[in-house]
Amino acid sequence: MDRRTTIKWMLAASAAWPAGRAAAGPPTHGTALLRPPATPGYGTDPDLVTPHKRGEFWPLTLSAAQRRLAAVLSDLIIPADEHSPSASGVGVVDFIDEWVSAPYPTQQRDRPVVLEGFAWLDAEGARRGARGFAELDAARQAAVCDLLCDATRAAPEHREAAHFFALYRDLTAAAFYSSPAGAKDLGYIGNVPLTSFDGAPPELLKKLNLT
Amino acid sequence: MPFVTPKSQQRTYDVIVVGSGAAGGQTAYTLSMEGARVLMLEAGRRYRPEGETPMFQTPDLAPLGGVGTPQKPFGFYDATVDGGWQVPGEPYVRTTEEHAGRFDWWRARMLGGRTNHWGRISLRNGPYDFKPKSRDGLGFDWPIGYEDVAPYYDKVELLIGVYGSSEGLENTPDSPPGCLLPPPKPIVSDYLIAQRARRLGVPAIPGHRAVLTRALDHTANPRRIHPGNERAQRILAADMASRAPCLWATPCGRGCSIRANYQSTTVHLPPALATGNLDITTDAMVYEVTLAADGHASGVSYVDRTTGAHEHASARVVVLAASACESARILLNSKSTHFPDGLANSSGKVGRYLMDTVGSDVSGQVPLLESLPPLNEDAADGHQLYTPWWLYKEQLAGKLGFARGYHIEFGGGKRMPGPGTGSGLEWLTGGNYGRKFKEDVRRYYGSFVYFSGRGEMIPNENSYCEIDPGGVKDRFGIPVLRFHWQWSEHETRQAAHMQRTFGDIIEAMGGKPQKIETDGAKAIAPGGLIIHEVGGTIMGADPRVSVTNQWCQTWDVPNLFVTDGGVFPSNADKNPTLTIMAIAWRAADHILASLRRKEL
Repeated sequence: MDRRTTIKWMLAASAAWPAGRAAAGPPTHGTALLRPPATPGYGTDPDLVTPHKRGEFWPLTLSAAQRRLAAVLSDLIIPADEHSPSASGVGVVDFIDEWVSAPYPTQQRDRPVVLEGFAWLDAEGARRGARGFAELDAARQAAVCDLLCDATRAAPEHREAAHFFALYRDLTAAAFYSSPAGAKDLGYIGNVPLTSFDGAPPELLKKLNLT
Repeated sequence: MPFVTPKSQQRTYDVIVVGSGAAGGQTAYTLSMEGARVLMLEAGRRYRPEGETPMFQTPDLAPLGGVGTPQKPFGFYDATVDGGWQVPGEPYVRTTEEHAGRFDWWRARMLGGRTNHWGRISLRNGPYDFKPKSRDGLGFDWPIGYEDVAPYYDKVELLIGVYGSSEGLENTPDSPPGCLLPPPKPIVSDYLIAQRARRLGVPAIPGHRAVLTRALDHTANPRRIHPGNERAQRILAADMASRAPCLWATPCGRGCSIRANYQSTTVHLPPALATGNLDITTDAMVYEVTLAADGHASGVSYVDRTTGAHEHASARVVVLAASACESARILLNSKSTHFPDGLANSSGKVGRYLMDTVGSDVSGQVPLLESLPPLNEDAADGHQLYTPWWLYKEQLAGKLGFARGYHIEFGGGKRMPGPGTGSGLEWLTGGNYGRKFKEDVRRYYGSFVYFSGRGEMIPNENSYCEIDPGGVKDRFGIPVLRFHWQWSEHETRQAAHMQRTFGDIIEAMGGKPQKIETDGAKAIAPGGLIIHEVGGTIMGADPRVSVTNQWCQTWDVPNLFVTDGGVFPSNADKNPTLTIMAIAWRAADHILASLRRKEL
């Protein structure tokens, strides 16, 4: 695939989020640390061959409570099923923590959206009689997600939270499908050396009327 | 001879080559294989693809899933190190930040330059592409024609290894027998795109990329490349035999540790070094060509990035192959009493007529490709098929509203899942979560297709670079470039045509384009984004309006050459790299002949 297209697809999700939208977003509910500590990032010449761990290049910054909420929300978006484990089971929370803690423009733009979204969810959980969103029962958590999951149909007062939900869903998917379990879920069988490449199977082409 | 420091360089060389990418690699290869003693200077660090390439690393092992950041614009695993549209400490200036007039300058400060990560698309210019002005009255003709360059295209294909086919299409040259490797087999989405595009009269033929779909013929090719030079044949044969064919996995943009695709660092430099005729100094940031009292180039001055010291190297011939804009910058910064406006600039044309490629993309989703069984579609990393420009007659008849063509790079398939997978599906699903979301991701995975138009830009007076009049300097104290950029309607209308065409093809597949932008000014990528910048030291037949002659030899200084894309007087839709190598090879042959005749 064309390199630029790949990158464009990769970034499509976050690029669709206009900068500055966060400033007009929901009340911050006293969210601390809207900007992560300044770090230089991984630099222009990082080691590409050695596997990297989350937190290796910049500190993870989410609080224990935020990580708990992150796990609950990720698992609502990607629960375990007969094909694969849940999002939190494959390290999605670490990915999201790394993402919102990163020093780059896209991630710094996403950080307040995520943190304010967390605060909004907790406020909504409190409004519904729990300590926070994570403490709501599953049915009531789902009821909140139902309000947010389709941004085009969200009520005006939920529109900003719905934008947060879309971003968070993209980040959850990014982390989950980057993992070996996610790739397996999709039936990806590439990234293995082959001595020859046979192209599309003839029987499939025939079935699709492509021969 | 090997990698050397400023202190261990020889006192003088036959030729200094500034730059180590497609142009520098090819120039140094040709010269050293044929016996000239060459010093290559590279601004970036030494780079070893054999050990540094992340071949099978998965996105979960990279920070942020490997997405692009300002420090790694094409993603964490992209081969480029110390490069991008912004390089720390090496700024440039532009006259506007607006979409319509901005130019972004890509640089890769590393051995091999951008050849380490490039797309490997290797298309020959056709006969029209060397004589565009004769055909439609716009831009400039080259002082050479296809027949002058064809033997060098042959040699480059034989050397680097290019897959493709000969189809006998207009202005889409065939290669002689034995030059091309067999094209890779198409994947399902290729077949579907080709079938539906053809129904619209849009052809789809095998792509051309510098990827070894099988091992090169290390017996026959070296003989065709170096006739009469047994030593060069022997060295090349040994090196060619050690390159492995493609293993049909891992993206080419990461580079290739088994040397199955072309990178200067894996193809040009190893045999050139094996001759003993090539010395390479890395971390050498060249900023000036120096002159002897007789007006000839005496060598170059550079900053050793490791020490900050200013150094000088000397040779009988100086070749700039530092990339179009960097070579122009070096010339413009080489000021003297004889050349107050920069070296080789008596025409005033150094820095002028910068061109990039017109780029515009559309992606779409195709229900016919949903929920297919598991398939390994890594293939040759895309471009199994492509569409060459097909509307020559309509265009010449003035029916299109723009004067030059484009080709289409397209693809799809079950690519390695990563941070883009499952993102941004709302335009298809509305937006959901839970089990339904997972089902949707499975359903849509592998059903997306993309189309990238890559078209010709006509040179104009308003797209150029100059030394920044505001006096900005880089971290080495070297004055930086300022860029001016303007598209004409030939380019913006072409971009709009791309959008409509891609939308039509996707709809003919029964699919849904994500977004069609019919305003060409919005659809076109900003200057420099496609990273095909050429021009700035254009070749020509008239010293009053060009910088070099047909041999890439500057009109003003006979022992000074520019062999990179800077010499292109036009920028055909065909990606420039193959032509850069062919032109550099031709120039190097001319330098060798001149050296032998003691003319240089």
